[in-house]
Amino acid sequence: MARPVCARRGTLMLEARDVTKFYGDFCALAGVSLTVRAGEFVSIIGPNGAGKSTLINVLTGTLAPTSGTVRFKERDIRGIGPVALTRLGMARSFQLVHVFPDLTVAETIEAAVVSRLGRGTRLFASLAKDTVVREQALEVAELFGLAGKRHVVARQLAQGDKKLLDVASAFALRPEIILLDEPTSGVSTSDKTGIMEILVTASRRIGCRAIIQVEHDMDIVFGYSDRIVALHQGRVLADAAPAAIKADPHVMDTVVGRLREAS
Amino acid sequence: MIGRFVLAALSLAVLVIPLVAPTYYVLMMLPFMAYAVVLLGLNLLFGYTGLVSFGHALFIGIGAYAGAFLTTHTTVRSLELILLVAGALGAVAAAVVGALCVRYVKIYFGMLTLAFGMLFYTFLLKFYRLTGGDEGMRVLRPTLLGLDLGQMPKTDYLAGPYYYYSLGVLVVATVLMWRIVHSPFGLCLRTVRDNPAKAEALGLGVTRYRWHAFVISAVYAAVGGALLGPPTGNVDPTLAYWTQSGNIVFMTLLGGFASFFGPVLGAFVFIFLQDTVMSVLPYWRLVFGAILAFVVIFAPSGLMGLFARRAPAEAPAAR
Repeated sequence: MARPVCARRGTLMLEARDVTKFYGDFCALAGVSLTVRAGEFVSIIGPNGAGKSTLINVLTGTLAPTSGTVRFKERDIRGIGPVALTRLGMARSFQLVHVFPDLTVAETIEAAVVSRLGRGTRLFASLAKDTVVREQALEVAELFGLAGKRHVVARQLAQGDKKLLDVASAFALRPEIILLDEPTSGVSTSDKTGIMEILVTASRRIGCRAIIQVEHDMDIVFGYSDRIVALHQGRVLADAAPAAIKADPHVMDTVVGRLREAS
Repeated sequence: MIGRFVLAALSLAVLVIPLVAPTYYVLMMLPFMAYAVVLLGLNLLFGYTGLVSFGHALFIGIGAYAGAFLTTHTTVRSLELILLVAGALGAVAAAVVGALCVRYVKIYFGMLTLAFGMLFYTFLLKFYRLTGGDEGMRVLRPTLLGLDLGQMPKTDYLAGPYYYYSLGVLVVATVLMWRIVHSPFGLCLRTVRDNPAKAEALGLGVTRYRWHAFVISAVYAAVGGALLGPPTGNVDPTLAYWTQSGNIVFMTLLGGFASFFGPVLGAFVFIFLQDTVMSVLPYWRLVFGAILAFVVIFAPSGLMGLFARRAPAEAPAAR
């Protein structure tokens, strides 16, 4: 079931090298190296406390590493923050649902389109008459099956739809690489595959070149990833194709087994 | 549809007020219109960006004193020029104050703006030579659209040309603010209000948007402040005192910050209610304190929230 996001792969997009991160005396990441190439769907797995969240925050420029380098499209992105990173072409969604409670579905996606087109400083222009923004937002809403709910205020959406909206607004930025922090958490098992199908289709449509996800559901991880990075106690335990991970009893036992037990 | 009808009826009413209403009430419309301009700006910050400033009297003061200074110390009499200078000074002051304040949110933002407001109040009080200290400064009668109306009796001037001039300023201010809140920029402000972390993840620089909203709201406050001077012919430091900042926050809450016209309604009710209560009771602040408590507890979306046909579950949660 493994499906590459796009056929042509190879260009190095994101590279973390020897990243360490200390919180006081506590070492959250101890020399983590990771590369993501165009066309790849990479899953990061690991038990709680393995350093996944820290790694994501480092990869998205939210957190500066204590040492090591992080480069995106050959630019140093250590601690540059989400706004600058978005401009460079990386977007993210959050583990805990992040929506704008008082904004409608349409407005939420439109905000992302406005940001991408650099129209956020248009003081006196009418948003209602901005057909470019509205059409592009509608397109994304349709991709994510949210078009019928576009006038619903985010706080009244069901949990699964909130999650979709969070991801949809990130996709509306048309990023080259997208980082999804547990895209299916809090969603019923039957809905998970549906969400993943939407994500893969959407990334093809908008021309997203790579997806990184953090995920606990092993069926999703093994079903969709080109490569799996297993973290354990702040270190990369394995970085290989799903088949190779499955064939490694040590990794299966330390990381996958524990996750299976937990879920 | 009903909203448009109400707006049309109210527009007609304010147009004919000088012709039909007693002069006393016509004159009370002048501070209302000035404060309405202030509040349209304040609510861009409060209702649309989610920042409560307790120091906006600073910008009202800047606008009012700009008019006083220009008419008494220079040959400038044109109200258009006064409003322009007031707005520009408000923008410059807010650019500096805002840069220091918008990095903070909630109570810290409120307290910092309060602190700058107090600084300016003290400046007005102590720099006697420039500001006239606690006596303030005179505001000489400005010309309107180049018309020198110096010979007109004061009440006729205020209840006639000055009334319509203020109304014109309010209409322009309303139209511009309506466009701002319905623009892509206005949408970005609401994302910043609702969820700053998510806004940043969408590439919207939260600090930058807050700063822009702060500066725009200060321009409105200064223009409104400049309109407050001519009716009394005098400005003094109480215009910039912190209770003034509190009053405009009160007006916003009273009318409802979740609605575009809420604060304007709040200003209207505040000014006319204050007049009524003061005429029967010496303790108007006592009554207003009780009203404020009532509004916050029982009608968090203000008077506008009571009129709007919204289900209670849809009423915006108090932020």
